[in-house]
Amino acid sequence: MTKWYRENAPISAQNLTDEWMRLKRGSVTRRHFLGVTGLGLAAAVLARQPGLFNSAAYAEDLGTTMSLATWPNYHDPATFEAFTAATGVAVEVNVFGSNEEMLAKLQAGGTGWDLFVPTNYTISTYVKLGLIAPLELAKVPAFSQATESARFTTEGAIDGTTYALPKNWGTTGMAVNTSKIKTKLTSWKDFFEVAMTEADGRAMVHDYQLTTIGSALVSLGYSFNSIKPEELAKAEELLIKVKPHLYGINSDYQPGMRATDAWMTMCWTNDGAQLNRDMPEVAYILGADGGEIWTDFYAIPKSAANKPAGYALLDYLMTPENAVKEHIANGAPTTDSRVLALLPADVTSNKIVYPDEASLTKLEFGAAVTLTDPARAELMARFKSA
Amino acid sequence: MRGAKPTGCGSPVCLTAHTLFSLLGRRECGRHRAAQKFERCRSYRKSKMKPMITDRKRHLVTAALVAPAGLWLLVFLVLPFMAMVVFSFGERAPEGGYQAAFTFAQFANLPSRAAAFWNTMMIAPVGAFLCLIVAYPVAYYLAIKSDPKYRLVLVSLVVVPFWTSLLVRTYAWMYILGSRGIPNLLGMIGIEDIRLLNTPGAVLLGIVYGYLPLMIMPIYVSLEKLDRRLLEASADLGAKPVSTFFGITLPLSLPGVMTGVALVTILLLGEYLIPQLLGGGKVFFIGNALVDLFLQSRNWPFGSAIAVTLVVVVVIVLSVAMRIAWKVSGSRQVDLV
Repeated sequence: MTKWYRENAPISAQNLTDEWMRLKRGSVTRRHFLGVTGLGLAAAVLARQPGLFNSAAYAEDLGTTMSLATWPNYHDPATFEAFTAATGVAVEVNVFGSNEEMLAKLQAGGTGWDLFVPTNYTISTYVKLGLIAPLELAKVPAFSQATESARFTTEGAIDGTTYALPKNWGTTGMAVNTSKIKTKLTSWKDFFEVAMTEADGRAMVHDYQLTTIGSALVSLGYSFNSIKPEELAKAEELLIKVKPHLYGINSDYQPGMRATDAWMTMCWTNDGAQLNRDMPEVAYILGADGGEIWTDFYAIPKSAANKPAGYALLDYLMTPENAVKEHIANGAPTTDSRVLALLPADVTSNKIVYPDEASLTKLEFGAAVTLTDPARAELMARFKSA
Repeated sequence: MRGAKPTGCGSPVCLTAHTLFSLLGRRECGRHRAAQKFERCRSYRKSKMKPMITDRKRHLVTAALVAPAGLWLLVFLVLPFMAMVVFSFGERAPEGGYQAAFTFAQFANLPSRAAAFWNTMMIAPVGAFLCLIVAYPVAYYLAIKSDPKYRLVLVSLVVVPFWTSLLVRTYAWMYILGSRGIPNLLGMIGIEDIRLLNTPGAVLLGIVYGYLPLMIMPIYVSLEKLDRRLLEASADLGAKPVSTFFGITLPLSLPGVMTGVALVTILLLGEYLIPQLLGGGKVFFIGNALVDLFLQSRNWPFGSAIAVTLVVVVVIVLSVAMRIAWKVSGSRQVDLV
């Protein structure tokens, strides 16, 4: 064997195994591994062959794992599997019941989230507290501002800087199992009355100050976002009166509704659509007296450990072909007309997902002040510990 | 200290030994007397340096043995607890969190969580008592009645549930108690619309299930130490099994019973998971109130005040329970596990 041959020979099986074990132990970088084994060159050559690898080219090292903080039943699990297949990055999903919980975790620090899903009214506070960073839109080429509906997406930008990109919009209504509850509910006033009578022990409210206090306020004829002490006191009185009759206080109400332990619940559009899809007897009703309309956004925390992967997943989710699958599975309405055009007619004609404009007029977007208002936070905590 | 002043030769080794023996309540240090008689503390007179070295060495060994645990406790228990006490006198920052201040407002606000404290103080002892009722016969069987050949296997079976996370096991109960579980079976025999989940009963069931091994073990240990000849003597003297049980077995196993009750009660006072999952946010423990304050309303100072109060309550419960246990058992041989 000549010297020339030894130096230019392909790596031996034994050496490949050794290098692989070193990589796995973390003794060497992936770059070293790809270089010394020649696999990097091989991949680069093969990647030029069209059709061999269809994954997008990512300039940065995406690592192997990333973390997403989101809401219950909010994604199609297949989306993450497809993302992992395309990029090699596994997505760890953390589920939360309220924006306050997400804020508390971010304030405490060290969440490890690379992407999370805040609701419209929280973004200005996150920016003020310096918890989220402006988005580098160049890293999200799939996003298109021109096709977004301004009505739902303006709160993602503060003073002209984009901090968050829209995921979907939705409403907060009530899901009612009509085979168990015969009363026809039309308003939040009805909801709280039925919760204490026909649905005694079977109604659920969110573990979330915005919607639980907000809906109680609406049922009393006040604004969803009120922070007036006398109006909050009335809402507290109502909630504490209702509490002994409730089945539970939990933002993950689908298991209870599906098992018919619970017969009605406060409910977000996407859960309403999912429940109705599998259980046609579960109706989704918007309060005629008011309630919430919202947009959820994607944002990247300043403390993100793996920002490249956060951007990669964001771009993946902003791609209309991927987003459309998410929307079909999740059941929340899109803000992007490109996605709307791709959605099948049975989704776009679903009145739960895309309700008539008239039923939305009384709904209010959450106000930033409710997130940090100490009186609302303490009211919710008192209600729960009552 | 029972012994009077140390009467030995004054060498540090002798002194330490003497102190140790008097602490243990022995009258005299036998070795010390022997040394006095035969050697007149030869080692001490011959070389004053040698005992000093062994003394320092022993201190070093002690330090090395205690240091890891001490450091751990300092960093992860003492310092956080001090931070908590400091926080409890502060104020909630406008966006939530902690803001430096000195106020008793947080402690003045404690009555607003009276219901949660009350729930905890009621359900924890009841849960511990139910655990005891279920655990005692099991422990009795394991220690007295079971075949010694299989005893080890049976005792290990008690610990088997710990091999799976309590979270997973409690989730299983959610399905058993949910509409598709037991209520569904009841529906088949005509009892409709029974709701078990999210009730205090469900929480108690979860507690008994989750904490049973912690109750069985100490009772088993104290029953196993029981001198069987006492039972035979009792039977010889004509006592009925029932009076033997109440006259001999139960009193002698009381240290174990007290240990188990104290252990379970203390852990229950801080319980969070079981009421959260099986109580549906309706059966609310002080642990749940704490989670709420830190993870939802972000009121760290008030949360700290509650946590400090909870620690104080646990210390009081523990010391009262231990005192009763010492009195009942007539010895201080009562320890946690």
